[in-house]
Amino acid sequence: MLSDEFDTEDNNSQSDLVNEDTLNEGSNSENVDLSDNSLQVVISDALSEKDRVKFTVLSKTTLPDFQRSEFSVVRQHEEFIWLHDQFEENEDYAGYIIPPAPPRPDFDSSREKLQRLGDGEGSVTKEEFLKMKKELEAEYLATFKKTVAMHEMFLSRLAQHPVFRYDTNFRVFLEYDQDLSVRTKNKKELFEEIMKTLSKTTDEYLLSATVRDVNDFFEQEKNFLIDYYGHLKDATIKSDKMVNKHKDVSDSYIKISSCLIQLSTFDHRELDWFLNRFSETLEKLRKVEGRIASDVDLKLSDTLRYYVGDSFAAKRLLYRRLRCLANYEAANRNLEKARSKNKDVHAAETAQQLSCEKFEVMSDKGKEELIDFKARRVSTFNKNLLELAEWEIKHAQHQIDILKTSLDMINNEETRSSTLNVESARSNHGNNNNCFNLYMSMNLSNLSVSFN
Amino acid sequence: MSEKLPPMMSTEEPVDDEDDDIFSSTIDDLSSLRNEELYSSVSTVPPPLTNINLNEEHAVVDSDVPLNKPKEEQLPKKKLISNGFEEEIDLKENDTSSNADEINKLVDVPHVTIKDKIIENIEQNNNFIKISISESTKVGEGMSSYVAYRIVTRTNMPMFKTNNMAVLRRFSDFLGLHNKLTEKYLRNGRLIPPAPQKNMLGSTRIKISGNQSDQATSAEFIEKRRLALERFLKRIALHPILRNDKHFCEFLEQDCELPKATSTSALSGAGVMRLFNKVGETVNKITYKMDENEPWFEEKEVQIENLDLQLRNLHGAVESLVINRKELAHSSGSFAKSAAVLSNCEEHTGLSRALSQLADVFEKVELVRTEQANTDFSIFCELLKDYIGLIGAVKNVFHERVKVYQNMQHAQMILTKKREQKSKLELTGRLDKVGTVTNEVSEWEAKLSRSQDEFDQISKTIKVEFEQFEINRIKEFKTVISSYLEEMINHQTQIIKHWQAFIPEAKAIA
Repeated sequence: MLSDEFDTEDNNSQSDLVNEDTLNEGSNSENVDLSDNSLQVVISDALSEKDRVKFTVLSKTTLPDFQRSEFSVVRQHEEFIWLHDQFEENEDYAGYIIPPAPPRPDFDSSREKLQRLGDGEGSVTKEEFLKMKKELEAEYLATFKKTVAMHEMFLSRLAQHPVFRYDTNFRVFLEYDQDLSVRTKNKKELFEEIMKTLSKTTDEYLLSATVRDVNDFFEQEKNFLIDYYGHLKDATIKSDKMVNKHKDVSDSYIKISSCLIQLSTFDHRELDWFLNRFSETLEKLRKVEGRIASDVDLKLSDTLRYYVGDSFAAKRLLYRRLRCLANYEAANRNLEKARSKNKDVHAAETAQQLSCEKFEVMSDKGKEELIDFKARRVSTFNKNLLELAEWEIKHAQHQIDILKTSLDMINNEETRSSTLNVESARSNHGNNNNCFNLYMSMNLSNLSVSFN
Repeated sequence: MSEKLPPMMSTEEPVDDEDDDIFSSTIDDLSSLRNEELYSSVSTVPPPLTNINLNEEHAVVDSDVPLNKPKEEQLPKKKLISNGFEEEIDLKENDTSSNADEINKLVDVPHVTIKDKIIENIEQNNNFIKISISESTKVGEGMSSYVAYRIVTRTNMPMFKTNNMAVLRRFSDFLGLHNKLTEKYLRNGRLIPPAPQKNMLGSTRIKISGNQSDQATSAEFIEKRRLALERFLKRIALHPILRNDKHFCEFLEQDCELPKATSTSALSGAGVMRLFNKVGETVNKITYKMDENEPWFEEKEVQIENLDLQLRNLHGAVESLVINRKELAHSSGSFAKSAAVLSNCEEHTGLSRALSQLADVFEKVELVRTEQANTDFSIFCELLKDYIGLIGAVKNVFHERVKVYQNMQHAQMILTKKREQKSKLELTGRLDKVGTVTNEVSEWEAKLSRSQDEFDQISKTIKVEFEQFEINRIKEFKTVISSYLEEMINHQTQIIKHWQAFIPEAKAIA
């Protein structure tokens, strides 16, 4: 029942995504800065099904390689991963930073929360339950939008890249309007993958220990990226924790305001109005607090998170270059050996030349890429931090406005009720006098009767 | 079976006697107490009913909220009509009082008109009492050490010898004061503000606190306690009867150590006895159900129960807010640290600068949020906690009334029994015993009427006290919540300030 409701929410969200696309704005504008518009990719639509999300990818192009200038295809998350792996495994791209793959759509946490809420339905009041549910749905929607934005970011970066955009796989991904029939990796492949990463990592450590880099730039970059990656990761975790706590704070407002309402129904008539106002105020504040949490998440955590991925990709580039360097050095040694033995000298020479060339090209490309990475990073941080500050100020101002309005209301009511009380007091006073007069006159009349 | 009945009856006889004794002792006790009350205390204290109202206004004027004044004025008038009678009783008993001024004042009261009241108000308005606990110091070392609180009082109430007083008191002194007040006034149906809870863990921690972090937590504990004690004293000072009590006066005035209130210690024999008494009372509360004949009490009892429940819920919710907010502050702080580390590592100078500024902002935000959590706690949460305690006091008073009612019922029962005995004796013609029984009957009649008086008295007092409690509660909730909202505005303003300082840094990145 609950998941059904989620689905209807999703249907609404699609239109939201199409119309607003506030989240995608960021990536779009960034891309415009960087390059021309010969290939534009957006995710126009997304549909969440039971355990997968379908993205509608819309492309516009002026590039001659494509058959048409506009096309749209439906893709799933696994296909994005496949595309990323294709880039990662392609030798030709060893000198480039491969844009990090988008994270898996993860709605489990909000689903789970909703489930828990559903289980504990008896323990909370109806209004509380509805509010919590609404909150969770909003959270779900936000995660959904974010997932879409991340996927779009990935495609946009590929599309803006001077080399990647001509990639065949990428073209197929954008153009082929059937299912790519990429299956998820089976267990064996997954295991292989793990082993491969493991060996890569050990190789990386080994290389960094044994191979002395000739180029200071790369040596520096390497050290920097290793530190930077670690710190970024740490900061991301901390920032996520902060966001979660902020959400908890805003959730506890719900409980308080519903308690206040309950209290007001039992309480003294004079406090009733007052407590209701207070509860309303808290309710408004709750919404703002929630917004702050999601904006910090969007502007700060997500930026950090993205660059965790990006710096990891940069690290991979450095590793590949180092590997290449090791190969080059091995080729050198082979050549020397061959020369000393005077055997297969020619083959060794060509091999040495090839790896030398490869290494040179890679180093050049890598340098460009790393500089580009830095520029990209700085501009993104610039933009997002500025926006974060602006949002924080805006929300704080909003809170102040809410608080001021409610204080004014309370004070006005105080004045009003007290003047009202003065009036009623006066009228009471008058009544007393009247009663007294009446009583007197009755007495008088009695007297007069008795006199008569 | 029927043969066995008479013996059973006879066994009941001694029990009755025992009951008699208990009962008469209570009555005597109470009446002596009440007499003392009426002849000594009341002579210096204006009759409770009018006075409460007056003080309400007085308080309002003091707190500079003139808008409230007319509203409160409405209530005295209403009460005046219903309570005139009681005041007259007080007065008759007070005629013996030697204090001429007081007599004049009291004689006036039954005929109070609105004008008189206003005149009295003006007189009352000149009286004020301001109590604050300015600081706390740790006295002694080790397990025998304690924290002394410095209470500073400024007043012009005539019962104090000087206008400015400062005394040192320790926590158990406060509990001792509370005990004294409870012993003296609870039976009359007065609402005695509850003293702060004992906290063995917290206080022991202070005693043995050695390192820095312990000291920080114990400082926080003392600060919380200081505020709670201050509120306790202020609430007593707000009460027209309690603030004129000689124990309270002594507590504020006497510039030497008070005799140590041993019975307040949880581990002492008195503490154990108190625990037993409490258990007994609770059982009594649960088992005994009086058939209420006053709809007012019925209604209020339900209201109080509801209020208690709701306040407890709310208190729990606010407590979780405080906890969450504290954790938020903490996580903001740890993010600030991470951001600082990140900024050290960042190679782009502009971005590095901005990140370190960001760390700075979050550090400040952490402070604001901690402060906010403290505000949540000290303003909002403590208010609710105090009122949960106060509602406990209201319940106690209600229960006290039930006890008086029980006594009354008991007297009624005995009286009927005695009367039956008397008529039986008269019928059987055993005139020799009729005389003693007649005496007993008249004795019990007196006791009954006394306890009836007592019951009426306590019911009336409770009503007055409760009305006052409600007025104070409404006012306090309003002011406290308003100030809470204002505090929130302050915090948000600070946050704006911090972020605004960051904007130029963010712009300077590129």
